Amino acid sequence: MSDALVQARDLRKRFGAFEAVRGIDVDVARGEVFGFLGPNGAGKSSTMRMIACVSPRSGGSLQVLGMDPGSDGPRIRARIGVVPQLDNLDTELSVRENLEIYGRYFGLSRRRVRAKAAELLEFAQLTERAEDPVEPLSGGMKRRLTIARSLVNDPELLLLDEPTTGLDPQARHLLWDRLYRLKREGVTQIVTTHYMDEAEQLCDRLVVMDDGLIVAEGSPVELIERYSTREVLELRFLPEHRPAAGELAGLVERVEELPDRFLLYTADGERAQAEVARSGLRPLSALVRRSSLEDVFLRLTGRSLVD
Amino acid sequence: MAEVTAAVVPAPSASGRVPGRAGGIGIVVEHHWRWYRRNWRATVVSSVLQPLLFLLAFGVGFGALVSGSGRVEVATGGVGYLVWLAPALLAMSAVQSAAFESTYPVLSGFKWQRVYHAMAAGPLSAAQIGLGHLTWIALKMFASGAVYVIVIAVFGGVTGPGVAVSLVAATFTGTAVAALVMAFAATVENEGSAFTGLFRFVVIPMTLFSGTFFPVDRLPAVVRPLAWVSPLWHGTELARSAALGRWQPLAAAGHVAFLLVLLVIGAVLVARQFRRRLTP
Repeated sequence: MSDALVQARDLRKRFGAFEAVRGIDVDVARGEVFGFLGPNGAGKSSTMRMIACVSPRSGGSLQVLGMDPGSDGPRIRARIGVVPQLDNLDTELSVRENLEIYGRYFGLSRRRVRAKAAELLEFAQLTERAEDPVEPLSGGMKRRLTIARSLVNDPELLLLDEPTTGLDPQARHLLWDRLYRLKREGVTQIVTTHYMDEAEQLCDRLVVMDDGLIVAEGSPVELIERYSTREVLELRFLPEHRPAAGELAGLVERVEELPDRFLLYTADGERAQAEVARSGLRPLSALVRRSSLEDVFLRLTGRSLVD
Repeated sequence: MAEVTAAVVPAPSASGRVPGRAGGIGIVVEHHWRWYRRNWRATVVSSVLQPLLFLLAFGVGFGALVSGSGRVEVATGGVGYLVWLAPALLAMSAVQSAAFESTYPVLSGFKWQRVYHAMAAGPLSAAQIGLGHLTWIALKMFASGAVYVIVIAVFGGVTGPGVAVSLVAATFTGTAVAALVMAFAATVENEGSAFTGLFRFVVIPMTLFSGTFFPVDRLPAVVRPLAWVSPLWHGTELARSAALGRWQPLAAAGHVAFLLVLLVIGAVLVARQFRRRLTP
């Protein structure tokens, strides 16, 4: 067996007649931050739940920390940390109590959880609120507490399912910073997200999932190089000036038509913009930007990621 | 990139381990105890005040109305109405709180607060989570019952140490009911009318026709079999025989066996339904 913390081959998950995960291969190496990227319903969360050993697989093979979730679920769960999509803190206990009781579930002594809770309160910047009940905390604080809680057993593998969904930008950056610190400490992380910027910020390597399958795999930079151009020119038109996509096709490598704009894929956005002007088209606005994972996703699936 | 990180930083080793079968249940109980330490005041009303009101209304008020006619003593076998009623109220209050504690709090664990899901992400099994909550409910019933015994004693409803056995019988009955209700609650997706239906059509009729306020043999013969399938009737018979010292070994064994079967079925169903719900 390799150094892979997670190894899946032809992994499948069925719910009745519906197959949410339709045969995927995944290898996550120790120490890396690995991402599952895809729209809602792509099968990311079902995959995460199988890795977290709370959902039996329907087919294929799966190894987590070198063990089989089907027979070693409790032993695997004792050594991983989980940040679920929906907060499930005990809102009627205090911040500190949430950490302490959760540590107890992992067989830690009362003395040990007291010390660990103090350490994690610092990590999550919640020491000031330690004795407050959880209920009135802000979304960002609850999220930080949930992440701190997932670290109570010093996990070798941390699973984060949409960790920053619903948070404001400031709270997201603070969370990213904490996750980066964990990475430096050597904690392997698996993240699902439908935010491109999050995937680019956090992930060493990621897979793009769509409709229960993996459609691409690589580092963010590799994926962008492979499936997109260096730059993108975004054009918006007034309805009366809107050209047919064919009129733009000759100017650049590739054109995507979205309901509200055109995306022109090219190595040199400025030059494409000049050519658009020369050809007599009159865009309402033009914006040149770097290609992102959003463009990769659009290319691979023909759909945008966040509606 | 990943290889570089892996080489520089030694791999962390997790400190978590898998608690034993009983140890895991104990930790779930500890969780509820932590909650209780903070919130016990809110639960005093339902667990002590409500049975106290029953005691005042029926034992003291209604009891005074019917005493002295001589007909009560015929029905109670020669003891005062309050003394006859008290152990049955103990069982009734256990069953009522069992039904309440294993409905909304269970749905909340799955759906609103989702605390069960948090527990299930750790090494505990779904069965330990469900049976741990059941154990907590049993302990709490026992503690509330003990307070209730003191209250009854103050009103003169206790005649001897047999009431301690009544308390155990009441808790046993309540736990059997809680297990069955909990298994049912674990299948409920939306609060809807499931729980109100349970209270209206099962719990309330059960408290009225299980021999709490009047002997079951005063019911029309056709209705009597309904009392026999009611766990509360079996519990009431046990609690009352213990308090009044009127043991009939064969009947008592039958009551215990009936409740034990319910408890085992309930516990097995709790383990199964929790597993289905937490690890789909």
